[in-house]
Amino acid sequence: MARYVALIIAFAILIGIFAVGLHRDPRELPSALIDRAAPQYELPKVRDPMSTVGSADYAGQTVLVNIWATWCVGCRAEHEYLLELAAREEIPIYAINWRDQRDEAIKWLEQLGDPYVASAYDEDGRVGIDWGVYGAPETFLVSADGMVLYKHIGPMDDSVWQQEFLPRIAAQESAR
Amino acid sequence: MKRALILIAGLCISMAALGIDTDKAFDDPEMQARYEDLISEVRCLVCQNQNIKDSNVFLAADLRREIRRMMEQSMSDDEIADFLVERYGDFVLYNPRKTGSTMILWLAPALLLGIGAIVFAKIVRDRMKKPVDDEALEG
Repeated sequence: MARYVALIIAFAILIGIFAVGLHRDPRELPSALIDRAAPQYELPKVRDPMSTVGSADYAGQTVLVNIWATWCVGCRAEHEYLLELAAREEIPIYAINWRDQRDEAIKWLEQLGDPYVASAYDEDGRVGIDWGVYGAPETFLVSADGMVLYKHIGPMDDSVWQQEFLPRIAAQESAR
Repeated sequence: MKRALILIAGLCISMAALGIDTDKAFDDPEMQARYEDLISEVRCLVCQNQNIKDSNVFLAADLRREIRRMMEQSMSDDEIADFLVERYGDFVLYNPRKTGSTMILWLAPALLLGIGAIVFAKIVRDRMKKPVDDEALEG
């Protein structure tokens, strides 16, 4: 009888492990930057190559940093939501236009609307590597003191904003 | 039949073309060998079953370029690994470094084997202790 109990316990533990593990997406990588300083960068703007935009521009503010490109289908999908979020003026959205063509990017912003304070033009992906970017779209939540609070992989939508971003923003506000 | 075989052979050979690293090779063969070792050990995070040596996506090309740049700046293998893990996490290396959190990964096979061996020994010993008559009765 004792042997059966041991087996049942072992089985239950295994089932527990599978129940948790199989729910996760094995392709998704949590960011290595969580709770660490967000990368510093300065890049030419997409719309104005003569001026630059970078981390210095949003120091002291809680912001979203959105990674996007014109070749990225998910970016097209989330764009309308980003426009909505920007219109609500809840949080400034900065962008890094990753591995893209400048004229395509400008056309995109003009045709679809520009929710960003500014888009940085990361042509060779060097800044993207510092952020640990491995695909688009990705959206980072950066705290006022320059720490990465969260990274969302995939298109942004309202449920992600409510469940993942707002609580962390609120927690950061109350901690200050 | 022969044509089918030739077709299959042709397809197999063409697969090798996928792995071409179009970057210029290092002049120093030792550096080049070290570079090729390094890029074989870094996972391409987009096609997660390939290393960046074989992968064609531009993240792989970007990472190869960065590794090349770091090698030209005389960074050591450990420093290059640190650079990548700092940004992408332990998963980016095919051989994760032996830190606290990855030790479970390294030790798990040995541990499970050990547990299995103990259980096996216990069962065998239990069996050996039973007198032969009981086994006959149970059967």
